[in-house]
Amino acid sequence: MGTQLVPVGQFQAHRRVWRRLVQTARLCCGIPDYDNYVRHVLEKHPDRTPMDYKTFFRERQEARFGGGNGFRCC
Amino acid sequence: MKGFSKIAWAALAVLGAFCLGTVALRQGETVNALWIVVAAVSIYLVAYRYYGLFIANKVMQLDATRATPAVLRNDGLDFVPTNKHVLFGHHFAAIAGAGPLVGPVLAAQMGYLPGMLWLICGVVLAGAVQDFMVLFISSRRDARSLGDLVREEMGQVPGTIALFGAFLIMIIILAVLAMVVVNALAESPWGMFTVVATMPIAVMMGVYMRYIRPGKIGEISVVGLILLLGAIWGGGQIAASPTWGPAFTFSKEAIVWMMVGYGFVASVLPVWLLLAPRDYLSTFLKIGTIVALAIGILVVMPDLKMPALTQFGSFGSPEYGKGPVWVGGLFPFLFITIACGAVSGFHALISSGTTPKLLANERHMPYIGYGGMLMESFVAIMALVAAAIIEPGVYFAMNSPPAIVGGDVATVAAKVTEWGFVITPDVLEATAKEIGESTILNRAGGAPTLAVGIAQILHSVLPGEDTMAFWYHFAILFEALFILTAVDAGTRAGRFMLQDLLGNFVPALRKTESWGANIIGTGGCVALWGYLLYTGVTDPFGGIRTLWPLFGISNQMLAGIALMLGTVVLFKLKRDRYAWVTIIPAVWLLLCTTSAGLIKIFDDNPAQGFLAQARKFQDAIASGTITAPAKDLGQMHQIVVNAYVNTGLTALFLFVVAAVLVYSVKTILAARRSPQRTDKETKYVALEPHQMADL
Repeated sequence: MGTQLVPVGQFQAHRRVWRRLVQTARLCCGIPDYDNYVRHVLEKHPDRTPMDYKTFFRERQEARFGGGNGFRCC
Repeated sequence: MKGFSKIAWAALAVLGAFCLGTVALRQGETVNALWIVVAAVSIYLVAYRYYGLFIANKVMQLDATRATPAVLRNDGLDFVPTNKHVLFGHHFAAIAGAGPLVGPVLAAQMGYLPGMLWLICGVVLAGAVQDFMVLFISSRRDARSLGDLVREEMGQVPGTIALFGAFLIMIIILAVLAMVVVNALAESPWGMFTVVATMPIAVMMGVYMRYIRPGKIGEISVVGLILLLGAIWGGGQIAASPTWGPAFTFSKEAIVWMMVGYGFVASVLPVWLLLAPRDYLSTFLKIGTIVALAIGILVVMPDLKMPALTQFGSFGSPEYGKGPVWVGGLFPFLFITIACGAVSGFHALISSGTTPKLLANERHMPYIGYGGMLMESFVAIMALVAAAIIEPGVYFAMNSPPAIVGGDVATVAAKVTEWGFVITPDVLEATAKEIGESTILNRAGGAPTLAVGIAQILHSVLPGEDTMAFWYHFAILFEALFILTAVDAGTRAGRFMLQDLLGNFVPALRKTESWGANIIGTGGCVALWGYLLYTGVTDPFGGIRTLWPLFGISNQMLAGIALMLGTVVLFKLKRDRYAWVTIIPAVWLLLCTTSAGLIKIFDDNPAQGFLAQARKFQDAIASGTITAPAKDLGQMHQIVVNAYVNTGLTALFLFVVAAVLVYSVKTILAARRSPQRTDKETKYVALEPHQMADL
């Protein structure tokens, strides 16, 4: 999980639901879908190398709490 | 088929009306909680289907072919077109917190009916409209933040005023949330141990995710949750132990100092070590508990024990407006006490923050903006149910300050029984014992009351010996966890705001990497909320009684600003005929906040008006007498100072609202004079067919 570059639409139904749930849980913690990011970089910016998952994770963690927008609601 | 679905919707509307009628009209009989839940859900669905889509189609004229910022600026990181259900989950997790759980519990002193009606009407006509409107405005303006939007549409000055207001609100929210935790943990070794235990657990998770298996959130969160449950069990052992029990027993003042120290340290530490992992834990626990509570209410179907209207909430009664938990009549104070769940200004910051950067298509907006807020209102309804199913005598014993009901079980029970909520001292002691605490008295703030309600529901679903105490502390931990996360994330965010603000005068303070500037910013922010927290906790009147109305006023005020922005934008778009959609809730909120603010400052009754209170105690000091609830001269002076500080804060809020109102009216008049549209929407870019597929 998290390493294949398969768009969600190509999964079977039950695996698609599970994957959506995992995506939701990760996004709630501020980590967007990694596959989607890699696919985006490969398609749109072929000159750049996508970050590996470790760097990607750290970058997102910093971005979530590092800036001025760390606040969630009461 | 179309006719059939119309009939189905009509049937749902009738069902909702019928349930609502049952809840409202059955006087003197016990009402089942299910009536409330069904009434709320059917009204939400009908409102979403008709009012939500009316706003989407007619007022906003959402366009499925228009590219959103997520599509235009897609970078796979901040801007990502996201599946609508995934985004709904994210948005809901970001907006729902302690607010919708605490407010309805405090409002239950009026009876469950007023709170329920305001939650349902408020969300449909005001709260959901506000979230939806801000999401729409922001998403058509490059996903900019609320402050930027106000600045862009109304001008530099109101923009800065709105930002300053947001900073003040944040400080108040932090203080009031921290106070909820302090009231729950004071003299409670069990609760204290479990909360302290979350820190090593979070640090362990942080190290694991950083170095051992980087970024593996799922597996380590499961481990963390199991350890948390272990910590709740361990807390019970600690509390029972004669040596460890007293070591984890702290007074309110001691916990305040720990919170202040903790807030400072946690917000300067690297985020991956403590803040982020605990945020993950609290997010998962929050969603899990809300789902468990919903299932629990459906399975147990408890009866409501609180009357529909207590004497504090019925107009004819001599006690009207003199409730022990908070003072004041239904208008305007009910609408201030229940902020989140009905309408919450803070959502404007979320709806104009991350969510529009993830929105794949404009047509998803009603579901996420309007629907997400309906969901939060549903959480608030569940909190109201949880507060209304416990014995009313227990409810009032837990939430009334000692200044009113006294300090020991015998006097409290006598006083509460005198109000007509029959309770014996034995029952109060037995309840405390059942939940594994030494006392349940003087625990205002909502969290402990809610925890008793949740514990009763979960205990009925999964009965077992001594499990009441386990579930009670589970519920306390669940609330304490996300409140603490809000405290350090909020301190961090406040620090950046403060550094930015001070940077206008001393540019060196703006450097966020510099340790000196960092410590000054954090220290300033912590000092501000720490001061309010400390004075609130030591306040002889009980801080929730003074601070919660301030929080409510400020939060509703921000909602008023967001709705005024919405009105301005509708006029600038030349959609004058639909402007009532935001004008009605904006006017209502302005009426509530300004009248509440003015009553709080100028009312003649010392129990209500800050200035009258200050005068009363100043006169007493001058004549050398000590007036209850103060016990010595120091407390007398403290009451006077608090009253003036609260007056100042309320006056500031009133100023912010008035200033934004003046600028809104000015902008609207200018927009009406102009023959064409004057809004600042980004220009239309069509989506390409492949971008519309796979949504």
